[in-house]
Amino acid sequence: MPVDIDVEHVARLARLDLTDEERERFGRQLRLILEHAEKVGEVAAEDVPPTSHPVPRSNVFRPDQASPTLPHDEALSGAPESEAGRFKVPPIVERNE
Amino acid sequence: MSAGSLCDLPGHVLAGMIRAGEATASDLAGSVLRRIQEVDDRLHAFLLVTSEMAREQAAAADVRFRAGEDLPGVAGIPVALKDVLTTRGIRTTAGSKILEPYIPPYDSTAWARLKAAGAVLVGKTNCDEFAMGSSNENSAFGPVRNPWNLDTVPGGSSGGSAAAVAAGEAVWGLGTDTGGSVRQPASLCGVVGLKPTYGRISRYGLIAFASSLDHVGTLTRTVRDAAVLLSAIAGHDPLDATSLPEPASDYARALDDGVRGLRIGVVEEWLAMDGVQPGVRDRVREGIDRLERLGASVDSATLPHADYALSAYYLIAPAECSSNLARYDGVRYGYRTQEARDSVELNKKTRGEGFGDEVKRRIMLGTYSLSAGYYDAYYGQAQKVRTLVIRDYQEAFERFDLLVGPTSPTTAFRLGEKTEDPLAMYLSDVFTIPSDRSGTPAISIPCGLSDGLPVGFQIMGKLTDEATVLRAAHALEQDLAFSARPPLLEELGASA
Repeated sequence: MPVDIDVEHVARLARLDLTDEERERFGRQLRLILEHAEKVGEVAAEDVPPTSHPVPRSNVFRPDQASPTLPHDEALSGAPESEAGRFKVPPIVERNE
Repeated sequence: MSAGSLCDLPGHVLAGMIRAGEATASDLAGSVLRRIQEVDDRLHAFLLVTSEMAREQAAAADVRFRAGEDLPGVAGIPVALKDVLTTRGIRTTAGSKILEPYIPPYDSTAWARLKAAGAVLVGKTNCDEFAMGSSNENSAFGPVRNPWNLDTVPGGSSGGSAAAVAAGEAVWGLGTDTGGSVRQPASLCGVVGLKPTYGRISRYGLIAFASSLDHVGTLTRTVRDAAVLLSAIAGHDPLDATSLPEPASDYARALDDGVRGLRIGVVEEWLAMDGVQPGVRDRVREGIDRLERLGASVDSATLPHADYALSAYYLIAPAECSSNLARYDGVRYGYRTQEARDSVELNKKTRGEGFGDEVKRRIMLGTYSLSAGYYDAYYGQAQKVRTLVIRDYQEAFERFDLLVGPTSPTTAFRLGEKTEDPLAMYLSDVFTIPSDRSGTPAISIPCGLSDGLPVGFQIMGKLTDEATVLRAAHALEQDLAFSARPPLLEELGASA
């Protein structure tokens, strides 16, 4: 079955800036991979429950004890830009000037 | 024996020599670093060699040995870490441009445990970007070459660790296995690759690719070394909620018990599959005959849905990857684009410039299969296939203690041979993916050569039963007495 994939839309969801060449190539390759992957539908019957995890675990808690966390300066040590103890980014909301 | 060849000996032998005063950890570190200098410009197994630190750690281990401390078997042994395992204060890139500037502020648990036990870090090894690949050609820093033939790939994604161990550039390596990334390169490089049970080794500090499939695993030259190394790093870790609750045990304890009485199932459909090289089939059949001669009872087994596991893998792993890699936004650490007017553009450009082809492809694939309208058809269905794969193993393990087959359909392939065809590349992992989906332990050991290149023999066990996997692998290894060495090392001549 031919797969319908809107590469532009998916790239927007994934926040990936793609070149025209990448859009064309990924579109073609993703269609091929998805056609192959559709094979899963052949055996995944209604009565088969899904499994998300190989070794099921639920409600894993740690002891409720306070312990030190990563110091502020170390948390910021890899930031491309920081100021006054915070991560610095370009404007998020538009400014009315 | 000249100090220059220490790096070619197994870790458990070296541990004995150090205790007997026949060698020091410093001699050993020197030997490994010398080998790196001799061969790594050709192999490119390392992204970073921590020479100075290795010498310091080795000297520190020697001081502790001389003081008569009773140190664990890993003390003084040079280890190479795949560059997806964080090392505090030491650059960790995951083979990606987006993490090129990243200096982690914390240690992965696997490395923290080795360090505390006195192991010596020789460097961080090259790998496919974010561990996505089967040939190491997806590294942003250039491919690794296979020491058996420099025109071929070492496999992936832990190709750097596998090549380093095969070439004596490290005695031991750690890798990670999400679809076969420890076992497949072990197979292609002629070393031992162990992927334990999911959760056996903590994932804390492992840069995430697909969290429900990611395993830390070992690369060594002998099965005993795999057992010793596993014993040092396994066991519950409160920092990983998915880690198994049991503490580590001594996995080397039952190694010599042999295979007599073990029920071994041969996955016949794998040996019969199109695309399995005749040389691979022959070597694996010979290995099976050996196990039978050693006293195991051998019969044919079936994993009917293993074929579908590959399709399901390429839905689930990208889905988890698209979510995990959302964190690379150019804000908190790593690469940031130089030109962005607003925050959304900052994210998009940073990611567009920072990620390589295969990573982008998988992020796109995962984002698509999780997006509204497609979730049920792809991701939901793939999770059902996971149930079927787990049931296959459960049914097979009612009749058998172990399952065996090839690790990969082929020996090492040529650089560039599969880069244009993602599906052909993905097929390289068709026999390793199923045990990542089921979380069950599996090992690849070298079982001979085909046209001068190593063939891997895969042994798969029940959930949490690493002991039986290792025991059978050890018995077969002793019987095979595989002693071929990469031609590259023979060329080093008498000086090595």
